[in-house]
Amino acid sequence: MGYYILRRLLQVIPVFFGATLLIYFMVFAMPGDPILALFGDRTPNPALLEQIRDQYHLNDPFIVQYFYYITGVLQGDFGISFSGQPVNDILVRAIPVTLRLAVMAIAIELSLAIIIGTISALRKGGVFDNVSLVIALVFVAVPVFVLAFIAQYFLAIQFGWFRATVGGQNNWGDLWLPALVLGFSLYATSMRLTRASVIDTLNQDWVRTAYSKGLPRRRVIPVHVLRNSLIPVITNSATNFGVLMVGATVTEGIFNIPGVGGTLYQATIRQEGPTVVSFVTVFVVFYVLINLVVDLLYGLLDPRIRYAK
Amino acid sequence: MKRNKLALTSLALLGVVGLALAGCSGGGGDSGDNGSADASAIITTNGSEPENPLIPTSTNETGGGKILDAIFAGLVSYEANGAPVNDMAEEITVDDPQNLTVKIKQGQTFTNGEEVTADNFIKAWNYGALASNEQYNSYFFEDIEGFSYDADSELTGLKQVDDYTFTIALNKPASDFALRLGYSAYYPLPDVAFDDLDAFGENPVGNGPYKLASEGAWQHNVQIDLVKNEDYQGVRQAQNGGLTISFYASQDAAYAALQGGQLDVLDAVPPSALATFEADLGERAVNQPAAVFQSFTIPARLEHFSGEEGKLRRAAISHAINREEITSTIFQGTRTPATDFTSPVIDGWSDSLEGSDVLQFDVDTAKELWAQADAISPWTGSFQIAYNADGGHDQWVDAISNQLATNLGIDASGAPYPTFAELRAQVNNRTISTPFRSGWQADYPGLYNFLGPLYATNAGSNDGDYSNPEFDRLLAEGISSTDLAQANEYFGQAQTVLFEDLPAIPLWYSNVTGGYAETVQNVEFGWNSVPLFHEITKVG
Repeated sequence: MGYYILRRLLQVIPVFFGATLLIYFMVFAMPGDPILALFGDRTPNPALLEQIRDQYHLNDPFIVQYFYYITGVLQGDFGISFSGQPVNDILVRAIPVTLRLAVMAIAIELSLAIIIGTISALRKGGVFDNVSLVIALVFVAVPVFVLAFIAQYFLAIQFGWFRATVGGQNNWGDLWLPALVLGFSLYATSMRLTRASVIDTLNQDWVRTAYSKGLPRRRVIPVHVLRNSLIPVITNSATNFGVLMVGATVTEGIFNIPGVGGTLYQATIRQEGPTVVSFVTVFVVFYVLINLVVDLLYGLLDPRIRYAK
Repeated sequence: MKRNKLALTSLALLGVVGLALAGCSGGGGDSGDNGSADASAIITTNGSEPENPLIPTSTNETGGGKILDAIFAGLVSYEANGAPVNDMAEEITVDDPQNLTVKIKQGQTFTNGEEVTADNFIKAWNYGALASNEQYNSYFFEDIEGFSYDADSELTGLKQVDDYTFTIALNKPASDFALRLGYSAYYPLPDVAFDDLDAFGENPVGNGPYKLASEGAWQHNVQIDLVKNEDYQGVRQAQNGGLTISFYASQDAAYAALQGGQLDVLDAVPPSALATFEADLGERAVNQPAAVFQSFTIPARLEHFSGEEGKLRRAAISHAINREEITSTIFQGTRTPATDFTSPVIDGWSDSLEGSDVLQFDVDTAKELWAQADAISPWTGSFQIAYNADGGHDQWVDAISNQLATNLGIDASGAPYPTFAELRAQVNNRTISTPFRSGWQADYPGLYNFLGPLYATNAGSNDGDYSNPEFDRLLAEGISSTDLAQANEYFGQAQTVLFEDLPAIPLWYSNVTGGYAETVQNVEFGWNSVPLFHEITKVG
């Protein structure tokens, strides 16, 4: 097991270099002059322009720029954004906010999925099952930004149950509305997965055995059925977690959450190589680690996998 | 901790106000008097994360500019209509078009207790002008004697007379120099700033109506908390307890916050709400012209656009555009059709300059002029307007292209560039091969600012490389005239030359659109589209 974890961690190294090089190249290849754009419609003095470009190494060839960046990173310095802030600081500020949001959204997603999915499976073909299917289809079909705007308009502005935007107050309790929106936008797939998986498990011989041994339902369902049904659901949610870390941009914009989505968007617009690359690199590493955790969870849920390793 | 408390207090206040309003709604309680105003209440407003450290000479965008204007005070400040009033200055004398004498009021301090003296201005300006300091606003000092873009050079034109008096000698006539002095680039800096300017930019010490609530009050990407500076003695005394400027990544979110009661004052309505915000907010909606001029530039080097033929074609294009229709349908009345090259909020503006009828929609004249040009040299190719696709310009460019195609019978279309950065790079190195969208937001409320930098021969932002000796002469006459009325007269004449040559086709002036909540009163937007925050009072 220890060797397995170590090997997975070492995989991060080639992924890290490959991803940073690739992303740095893509930012570098973006057309236009980012420094010139900082001056708006006013044309700055050419000498000043050159000086500022020099300061950010923008006049150097791609590989030299990348070298400056990567040497910094290896010394724990992610570079400086165009606004003069260390990218380290930006990361430290933005990531916890988005992490909080992602954890809440996944928690909401999982609780909805497991509860509704299990009930649906137990009452297959019944009214509850059909209604939950229709509702799930609606949430799958509606894009997240539509859901976000509707929730913001009705739940926050009209009814006043939540704050319309998050901004400075971004502790756990302040992120309820965006987390609900994200959770609901994601739950449908997990719910259907749970349902299918639970139905599958219910038909297994050992479930019948458990019942015939006289075990009560409240023991059979959570311990014997769910534990064996949740592997695909956990996998799906782990992927969702990665998606949320990177892809909550739209939601963060609508609810004004000072997380990674908005920061990354702004940095891309300004072609701030170091900022963009640093954020994306962190995500890559994150993805790798999340997958590691998922693999370890498998072992926890299914001892057969644990012993096979 | 303190921040959270502050935010909580303002939230609680909001709640109380909401209750109070609900309570008196039956009696139609219009609290017209300010007797109940709460002088310690914090006003919340929208903003955007400053792109640079909060140093006056390196901030050239509105997000940081708004904060700087609140925490610093210059020699003059501007009233809502753009008229300058002395703020730090006791008296500013324009001795002649190239020389000024500035006297500062005694006993004014920065928030760290340091006294504001002539030296604070001279040092700050020299820092801003020095080439190697790479300050974005260094061009504001280019008219001062000793300035150089290429090498480090002291501003020899600044001379200290005594602790509170200094003189400014200019290297060329600029009779409106005194008018510029309210801009943030000219703010003074305390001596402590020069110990470590980067650290200062994070926690600036100013001399304005507000100051940072505490060390670290600037929460990056989130908000900045300002409180009233009790020591400030200038003309912009705060009528409230402070400002919380929340940074919004999108205008839509800010508008939602205003509707949701989290924001007192909003200075930018998102495009998605332009059609409805006046109905939503009623008399709390703000929609008035601003000092922003929009156009598209046709470089003279383009085929068919030089000489007599070029003049005819430019006039024809201008006549073929129905500005009224575009501003009312596409922009929902939040643009005002242009009648000159400046802006109606600037003193000396006129909508009846000689030659301005070229901006009127007149299809017959357009066709006739185009035919006359064809007689000189037949039209070939297509007419394109380059724009950046990331700036929401596609609708109006398409509309204008359609009008040109219909009214002139030519092939016309938009030429989108994915990003603003790419468009500016092509404009700057002159590789752009089509006309392109252009615009100007004034730095200070003077007519010259809309003309000199854009159309004078070899001027810094003359992206179309326009050159006309007659225009240059009239502009020089105007800027050398210490009599404001006389100067504006010249600037008007200079514009008649522009109406003939049309180096850029004027389109419209942007309006400032905004609004405020029922929780506040006395919201007035200034000439530069920013609310006069110090005047705002909270209904208590």
